Amino acid sequence: MSEGIGARVLRKEDKRFITGKGRYTDDIIEANQAYAAFVRSPHAHARIVSVDASAALAMEGVETVLMGPELVADGIGNIICGWGVTSKDGSPMNMGAWSALATEKVRYVGDAVAIVVADSKALAKSAAEAVVVEYEELPVVVGSVEALAEGAPQLHENAPGNLIFDWEIGDLAPTDAALASAAHVTEMDITNNRLAPNPMEPRSAIATFNEAEDHYTLYTTSQNPHVARLVLSAFYNVAPEHKLRVIAPDVGGGFGSKIYIYPEEIACLWAAMKCGRSVKWTSDRTEAFLTDAHGRDHVSTAKIGFDKDGKIVGLKVNTKANLGAYMSLFSSAVPTYLYATLLSGQYDIANIYCDVQAVYTNTVPVDAYRGAGRPEACYLIERLMETAAREMGVDPAALRAKNFVKSFPHQTPVIMAYDSGDFDANLKQAQEAADVAGFAARKAEAASRGKLRGLGYSNYIEACGIAPSAAVGSLGAGVGLWESAEVRVNPVGTIEILTGSHSHGQGHETTFAQIVAERFDLPTENIQIVHGDTDKVQFGMGTYGSRSGAVGMSAIVKAMDKVEAKVKKIAAHVLEAGEDDIVIEGGAVKVAGTDKQMLWHEVGLAAYTAHNIPEGMEPGLKESAFYDPTNFTFPAGCYICEVEVDPETGVTEVVQFVASDDFGTIINPMIVEGQVHGGIAQGIGQAMLENVVYDEMGQQLSASYMDYTMPRADDLPNYSVHHASTVCPGNPLGMKGCGEAGAIGSPPAVINAITDAIGNNNLAMPATPAAVWAALQDVQSKIAAE
Amino acid sequence: MDFKDERIIAATPDMVWAHLLDPAVLKECVPGCQSLTGSVEDGFEAVVVQRVGPVKATFTGTVLLSNIDAPKSLTISGKGEGGVAGFARGGADVTLQGEGASTRLSYVVNAQIGGKLAQLGSRIIDSFVSKMADQFFESFQAQVEGAPAADAKTPGATPGFWQSLINMFKKILR
Repeated sequence: MSEGIGARVLRKEDKRFITGKGRYTDDIIEANQAYAAFVRSPHAHARIVSVDASAALAMEGVETVLMGPELVADGIGNIICGWGVTSKDGSPMNMGAWSALATEKVRYVGDAVAIVVADSKALAKSAAEAVVVEYEELPVVVGSVEALAEGAPQLHENAPGNLIFDWEIGDLAPTDAALASAAHVTEMDITNNRLAPNPMEPRSAIATFNEAEDHYTLYTTSQNPHVARLVLSAFYNVAPEHKLRVIAPDVGGGFGSKIYIYPEEIACLWAAMKCGRSVKWTSDRTEAFLTDAHGRDHVSTAKIGFDKDGKIVGLKVNTKANLGAYMSLFSSAVPTYLYATLLSGQYDIANIYCDVQAVYTNTVPVDAYRGAGRPEACYLIERLMETAAREMGVDPAALRAKNFVKSFPHQTPVIMAYDSGDFDANLKQAQEAADVAGFAARKAEAASRGKLRGLGYSNYIEACGIAPSAAVGSLGAGVGLWESAEVRVNPVGTIEILTGSHSHGQGHETTFAQIVAERFDLPTENIQIVHGDTDKVQFGMGTYGSRSGAVGMSAIVKAMDKVEAKVKKIAAHVLEAGEDDIVIEGGAVKVAGTDKQMLWHEVGLAAYTAHNIPEGMEPGLKESAFYDPTNFTFPAGCYICEVEVDPETGVTEVVQFVASDDFGTIINPMIVEGQVHGGIAQGIGQAMLENVVYDEMGQQLSASYMDYTMPRADDLPNYSVHHASTVCPGNPLGMKGCGEAGAIGSPPAVINAITDAIGNNNLAMPATPAAVWAALQDVQSKIAAE
Repeated sequence: MDFKDERIIAATPDMVWAHLLDPAVLKECVPGCQSLTGSVEDGFEAVVVQRVGPVKATFTGTVLLSNIDAPKSLTISGKGEGGVAGFARGGADVTLQGEGASTRLSYVVNAQIGGKLAQLGSRIIDSFVSKMADQFFESFQAQVEGAPAADAKTPGATPGFWQSLINMFKKILR
């Protein structure tokens, strides 16, 4: 039982990862493969006047140069957004055409104009440089507010005013009335900064076309290879589904950015067919900044009202969401159903209204990035709560606790029905671990060293495990969000688990094996997890939205139920006992209370020899299941951050970070802690360091690690991670999901701590030393003026 | 980004002006200029090779002289396409003012950079643009002063100093 649920089993996959034996897409070598490079627009908005590839084609070793018009003529479809969002007035969203290779216009710096295929990577890049593109520059707009302004440059003909949709949720009139009657109203402008996802492994693809079989194979860095195959076949017409195999081998991180199907994979598949060679492309780091879907980029105004007792009476929010130059695969869902549905936070709020304008700009497309909408919601509500408490002169923790949802299930006014939680328990656990009682003394001690010490809370809730298929379908999703699993018990008793989930850092090979080990009382070394290949796994929805535990593992549980039932039938038959008396333990299948037993592998062998199985039973021991969740899951928790600010320089150090999470059942505490650590690192990165910056011409000035600051070990504290869990009633294992919580909950805790330290609530992310110093000067000059 | 500077050139405004309008002088002064053909009236076609940080590129583009108010002021503007390296365009508003036997040449340079060059980040680009401007006017000063009055050195703008600064930048940027 030592490797079952709750055990700190070391990660099985780390043996190959830490010895350099991982097999990533760029490691795959096909016979006679060629290399692709893309000709990309240096302009943020321009008309393509002409393209001259003659010099590139004349270079020895250049296979071909292919462009947009030919791609369109070959019937390759436009890239789509798979989630339809309807505007207030009932009109559908305005989706502009996105061809994998630009045809007439380019709309952001990095937009692909041509694919160059050559014998080597260096040659492909040189040849791409030799392609001469003449552009007629057009006016540029990069910010969502500016893009909505009258007279702004227009990106897509079918999106007048650059407006993709103007969506709303909640009830406006009651919310306005509640705010009008409030004893105190806190109003804030809140910006959620644009981030680049930066997985360690850049995107990569190698496409092969087998002319004799009319069949394509694509190795690619995907979080969901089956969805990639579906979209590539059904919408982009690259190949029919049964003639396309998509394999996502080892993938080095995704954070959402590898959910989507990008122009490069489409172009590589098409080019492989056109030139009859395997075509490989691997992004370099700056190319990743220019083409991987970015995250966040919300500009909001928000009002929250309280009655005289400090109870929330209403919340009203307007958000402008920058979706970039084109609509990426799930871009419409992020600032709507994954964002505004979480604005109730951990609080019982009767009246909420939010409207969201989604906007085209001349920037990289924006889509889900670790947390996807929930970090934006959490940041907004938790900044409001902390600021409101300070304005009203009450303890921020007490104000939160007074408004906590305390009974479950709890229906919010914004769709979500919270199923479980104990927010008081998380708050109390975090306060004790953070020694909040001793903060005043620590602050005084810091002051004696000339430092400003601050403490900030964030009481987050998120919705993950996405999601019940019928529910998301009714909200506009083009796919169902169930998961599949197949359990194959081999004749020798070893087990293969085929899962539609995809592991790209989450440790599925370990945790998925643990739940099998728990159920059949076997060592995890006898269990192999198979994923990421559409030829092996029948179908799957992939990994994102912290769904692989709550949904992916639930599918495995359902398949194991079937295997267990068959195992018991076979054993009961062979051992001449009743099925109800059969128990599985210690590597054997036993008749309870007797010494009669079959070893586990003997049952497997019996199933496959089929010499002695119940009459009418099919031979073999393989079962599959599709599991559709009944609800979102609702991980929640309390994060407390303490910082010290040097008032002379604005340099801020995170000196303590405490997390108390409710993830429901935990399979492997070590892996869960790792997820929380990584999430908080990204959250601190967003809060203090990371920012994608465009100039007014739409040039991305932060397109390398020279200017885009990733968090490093010395920017981060030792985390203090705790769990106070309630069991999720919605799935068989009682799991909630832990993959995104750290990134969702941490940014407001950091900013609330810094604003506490400097005494100025007006501070935007990233809180760089310059920004913190300026905010300090601002408040000091105000004090001086008074 | 705008960069302002001025320098004293040991020549009369008329002489300085004549040099400003001389294609041969311009070719010598535009850093990395491989060829420059055309005329003041119609503008010039130029080929310029430059290395910015890790990016080396050949820019083909145009140089135009406008707002001509002889011998007081003009605008030199240029734009170049550097293929995948990106593009650059910029200009300098130049003003001449006689000071005794010398001329005070003031300039305001602005530049816009796009594509791969911009992605290098403003840290590299800003220093590159100011370096280019310095180098242009430094060479220009040497051209003007070098011809008839080679011995007339201007205090505060010792070529040795400038050359060493340029060399330093070159080293940093390489």
